[in-house]
Amino acid sequence: MPFIANTDAQRQAMLEAIGVESVDALFAGIPPELRSGPLNIPPGLTEQEVRTKLGALAERNTTGLIGFLGGGFYDHFVPAALDAIVSRSEFYTAYTPYQPEISQGTLQAIYEYQSAICRLTGMEVANASLYDGGTAVYEAIMMALRITRRSRVVVDDSVSPIYRKMVRSYTSNLGIDLVETPSAEGLPDRRALAEAIDDRTAAVIVQNPNFFGCVDEVTDLAELVHSKGGLLVVSCYPISLGLLKPPGQMGADIVVGEGQSLGMSLSFGGPYLGFMATLKKHMRKMPGRIAGRTVDARGRQGFVLTLQAREQHIRREKATSNICTNEGLCALTALVYLSLLGKTGLADLARTCADKAGYAQQRLAQVPGVTVRFPRRWYFNEFVLNLPMTADKVIRGLFHRGLAAGFPLGRYWPEMNNCLLVAVTEKRTKEDIDFLAHTLEVIL
Amino acid sequence: MKLIFDKSVPGRGGVRGVGSDVPSRADIKPDLLRDAPAELPELSELDVVRHFTALSRLNFGVDSGFYPLGSCTMKYNPKAAEHVANMPGFAALHPLLPQLPGGEMMVQGALAVLRRMDLLLREICGMSAFTMQPLAGAHGELTGTMIIAAYHADRGNDKTTILIPDSAHGTNPASAAIAGYAVRTVPSNAEGVMDADALAEALDENVAGVMLTSPNTVGLFNARIHEIADRVHAVDGLMYYDGANLNALLGRCRPGDAGFDIVHVNLHKTFATPHGGGGPGAGPVGVVDKLAEFLPTSVVRERDDGSFYLDYDRPKSIGYVAPFYGNFGIILRAYAYILMLGAEGLARVADNAVLNANYVSAKLKDRYDLPYPGPCMHECVFSAARQALKGVRAIHIAKALIDRGVHPPTVYFPLIVHEAMMIEPTETESKETLDAFIAAMVEIADQAESDPDAVLACPTTTVIGQLDETLAARKPDLASLAPREA
Repeated sequence: MPFIANTDAQRQAMLEAIGVESVDALFAGIPPELRSGPLNIPPGLTEQEVRTKLGALAERNTTGLIGFLGGGFYDHFVPAALDAIVSRSEFYTAYTPYQPEISQGTLQAIYEYQSAICRLTGMEVANASLYDGGTAVYEAIMMALRITRRSRVVVDDSVSPIYRKMVRSYTSNLGIDLVETPSAEGLPDRRALAEAIDDRTAAVIVQNPNFFGCVDEVTDLAELVHSKGGLLVVSCYPISLGLLKPPGQMGADIVVGEGQSLGMSLSFGGPYLGFMATLKKHMRKMPGRIAGRTVDARGRQGFVLTLQAREQHIRREKATSNICTNEGLCALTALVYLSLLGKTGLADLARTCADKAGYAQQRLAQVPGVTVRFPRRWYFNEFVLNLPMTADKVIRGLFHRGLAAGFPLGRYWPEMNNCLLVAVTEKRTKEDIDFLAHTLEVIL
Repeated sequence: MKLIFDKSVPGRGGVRGVGSDVPSRADIKPDLLRDAPAELPELSELDVVRHFTALSRLNFGVDSGFYPLGSCTMKYNPKAAEHVANMPGFAALHPLLPQLPGGEMMVQGALAVLRRMDLLLREICGMSAFTMQPLAGAHGELTGTMIIAAYHADRGNDKTTILIPDSAHGTNPASAAIAGYAVRTVPSNAEGVMDADALAEALDENVAGVMLTSPNTVGLFNARIHEIADRVHAVDGLMYYDGANLNALLGRCRPGDAGFDIVHVNLHKTFATPHGGGGPGAGPVGVVDKLAEFLPTSVVRERDDGSFYLDYDRPKSIGYVAPFYGNFGIILRAYAYILMLGAEGLARVADNAVLNANYVSAKLKDRYDLPYPGPCMHECVFSAARQALKGVRAIHIAKALIDRGVHPPTVYFPLIVHEAMMIEPTETESKETLDAFIAAMVEIADQAESDPDAVLACPTTTVIGQLDETLAARKPDLASLAPREA
């Protein structure tokens, strides 16, 4: 039987030691009427058969397209050394480091990951991970509500529409006054925000670069929300922080984001990585696991899970969050990725992405009938084009030529039916971009 | 060991970037940019590989040795499942692809995996429909309590409370509270299971639901479970099944048949996906027919022609709990595992998990107190009360096990057992491994009698000794910041 070591003879010896006749006797506590018959599931397959079967399913997916699809989830290059490290089973077959003496590998890695996230975002403390960028936005909102003891939350509508849907799901039953303000010309509308933020406002949520790819300077927003006693939450794309001003330098109180771009494959939606960083003064209100540095009796440096008085296994219904299993291996992946690229590598990568996006925007805007949607805004590696027909139609046409041209914004903003969101990573070559532009010229 | 940041050498390059084949952008806006690069390490690829290889050697995983961490089901994680998850046809698939016009047909293989897992889990758990979205067990609990809230809102019920036994995992009350419910704790009886009379007393019109683990956290099956379900249903409450301990029941008993309305399944426990040093996991949620309309959006459906599509038109759905379709890479591993085991293999899981736990229980019951004697299910809970009289507590026994090459069991949980040691051997461990563990536990029990100080001195074989957790919490050092930021 697969993955079971004991032989029939060993099982017999064990039954004798227990003092029962059969394994069935061990299940005597389950009333007969609750016992199920054999499961209606096909017989087991060999490893070879499973690989063949799943290989055939994998082939029914289209992954060979030249991709300009982003929307918060990006196709970046992953060095081979990363897989070699992360697939060490000492890391991936361990669990939450409850026993620090035999978990220093995981614990030190979490501490280093927290440090790397702080250095990237310009913040002071970070947690060990959350499920994804969307639940991280939700957790940031819950944290801001706890810190301020207020009930109103203002979300700019250039925050990912997927994350805004998630936040609505999670908060619908909680009596929170959740307000969405419309963006103006691709950036959070200062006037709408000034009107929406009042002295009951716990937090304002913005994303930078936002879903349209536009980059903002939000120091004025931080000042505005702070003047009313609320907090600024910034959701960000970590690769962009190789080039862009970190939220911590613009007055953000809580910084969150999706960490998938830091070495994780797209994998049809997960596993991904939610990250969260904040200021020291808020650390005891943070959700999730946190590693801390301490010493043993002989003064040797070591790492432990700490501030556990916030957590569900201690505080139960009074915990800051219900999170237990998080995304540990994904946090390790992000740390190894950032370590392999290093200080100059990440800066170079971000610059390359921005340069390629710059070339792509300029080249695509030369296609007759195509214009840039937000010409006054600066963008990092993603931008919006106006097309002379619906984006849906263009995307279909380009699929047939082996291109995933981008995301149709009409899906979430009906008035933007002709708008295409185009993302460019370092994996796209000048040739790819020229091919997209050329093909667009042909089909328009 | 030195932090990776402290190994950095200014000017040393890491992995070489792809470089740019386009002109540099001229439209740079300095006020939007960093004034200096983030202070990440500057190391060679070899430096990085050695650093993390060294860290990995300070860790203990299932592949390193016996890991009987109760409630966590640390079974072997088959390598075939890892291989499958890394197939490019799955790993490189962009989650937004099916949201593009015509894109659904480009992800048919992935949608087939999600749909087939839904059907398999329905059969295994006796439920009517599953969502694959929840990203961990506790996330499944939150999703489940949100479904409870949606059901009652739809019925016009004004209910405020969730009942939870005192033996429950901490995530249960935390999830219920986060979903907006008041939590009321129901005591266990002398046999270690939720007392049906205490439940009856707590049960009133305000009760929205009851969250239970079965077998419960002391490893016992509540024989009156159906009676409890009937009473809860009589006040229009819902029964929530925490699937943490499903490994004990596979192929033997289905939560749906026992009267549960909502279940979550921990794929990283029962279905052998790796625990990852604390995730990623996955916590699919199944419901009975009357709750299917409340499941998160989207849902994978099958057309008559055998093709699959994502249904977003679900007016009563609780909405999105994850950005897409769940932790797909984990779901895929679990799917590979179920395919390899088949019906017979799954039933053998429960049989051998329960046999292994009872064997450990039988062999140690003379040396350690067993607060709830008699056959257990997939795990057994001992108390170190006897050893504590000599000053040797559960935590000390845990550290003594470390010196003997074993990962300690869960200690001090469940809360209803004094000096608890919760041992879950799982089905993948052999008799030889169990015998070695039993011998180590007996040796520690002997030593607790003869030389308790020797036990208290453990661990002595690790790179560090017991760490100062009070210092860590009082003066938190949570990150090494770059010098100019510190």
